[in-house]
Amino acid sequence: MTIMAQVFTSFIASAAFGLLFNAPKSSLLKGGFVGMCGWMIYYGMEASGIDPVIATVTASFFIAVISQFFAKKYRTPVIIFSVAGIIPLVPGGLAYDAMRNFVQNDYNTAINLAARAFMISGSIAVGLVFSEVINQIIRHSTFTRRQKQR
Amino acid sequence: MEKQTSYVYDVIKVCLLAGKVMLQNGGETYRVEDTMTRIADAYGATQSNSYVTPTGIIFSVEGPEPSKTQLIRISDRTTDLYKVTKVNSISRRISSGELSIQEAYYELDKLDKMTERYTFPKQLVAAAVASGCFLIMFQGVWGDFIPAVLAGGGGFFSVTLFNRLVPIKFFSEFLASFVIGLLAVLFVSLGLGEQLDKIIIGSVMPLVPGLLITNAVRDLMAGHLISGLSKGAEAFLTAFAIGAGIALVVSFL
Repeated sequence: MTIMAQVFTSFIASAAFGLLFNAPKSSLLKGGFVGMCGWMIYYGMEASGIDPVIATVTASFFIAVISQFFAKKYRTPVIIFSVAGIIPLVPGGLAYDAMRNFVQNDYNTAINLAARAFMISGSIAVGLVFSEVINQIIRHSTFTRRQKQR
Repeated sequence: MEKQTSYVYDVIKVCLLAGKVMLQNGGETYRVEDTMTRIADAYGATQSNSYVTPTGIIFSVEGPEPSKTQLIRISDRTTDLYKVTKVNSISRRISSGELSIQEAYYELDKLDKMTERYTFPKQLVAAAVASGCFLIMFQGVWGDFIPAVLAGGGGFFSVTLFNRLVPIKFFSEFLASFVIGLLAVLFVSLGLGEQLDKIIIGSVMPLVPGLLITNAVRDLMAGHLISGLSKGAEAFLTAFAIGAGIALVVSFL
């Protein structure tokens, strides 16, 4: 039941963010799907006791892979799907929590939370960049192979 | 000679307009540079250089004549993925030689002046529902769903309203998070909600600069140091505004 609720809410939240970011109507549901996949990977890994940073890297990697697949299939920029997709992973709650502690003079907790927010946003970026690099390597290697055949 | 010079200026104009529309609407820095270079290439200006930051673009074209440079200032930034997609497809059509310079400029200008595609009520509902969904994703209880939807909707409504009244982003975000804090405290004290923290975190999500933080790190990694740092500063300011607004409410409890 909880898992169903997570699937459902992450789908709706990602699609709603796509709408807030003015994504084309036809890509809202796809963006929601990408976000749902990413969040379920993250949620599953975190629930089984894996470190949130590693869970985030894995989830954002898969988000980028699915986004690239969709982007190629529907001939749109990757950003449309990946932006909506990573929204659930983004440490907005942590960043806000850190700021609130700063403003309330609790610097120890604040620095702690801010460092974690930074780590997680870094790992989202690492996941995205990593999949882009792999994509380029694959494309490059097939390209050179084709050239050799000629 | 005279004609050639004005031609290069036209190319620069089209490139800068495309870059401006993309950058204002949330395109990544490397994508903006790539698009501008491609457009310039397609129009025969193969020696072009661009320098893109979130607040301005410098673009120059070199050639047999003295090189020409133009600068454009970017003052407001939002996220509008439709325009990013559209510029992308226009640039693709330019590359395949379908559009003349005049046509490309006309299309980009039309795109630049276009207003929001989704009406405000739709966006408001989306922000409100997203707030409720985030509450559940962050392990909140279903009993808090409606308060989070109302507080998130109220926050989004007030950030849009205050943005029109006060053109300073910091204050509109500060006031909006203040409203969210007030609403959340009100719901909890009326007995409609249980976990104050969860309601607040869910409702501020539409305001939180999560995407900016991630983009900042990505830009830094890609070597766009200035863009990365300035996006980071922008994200920090927004997070600070939200934190301060909420803290103002919480400290009065």
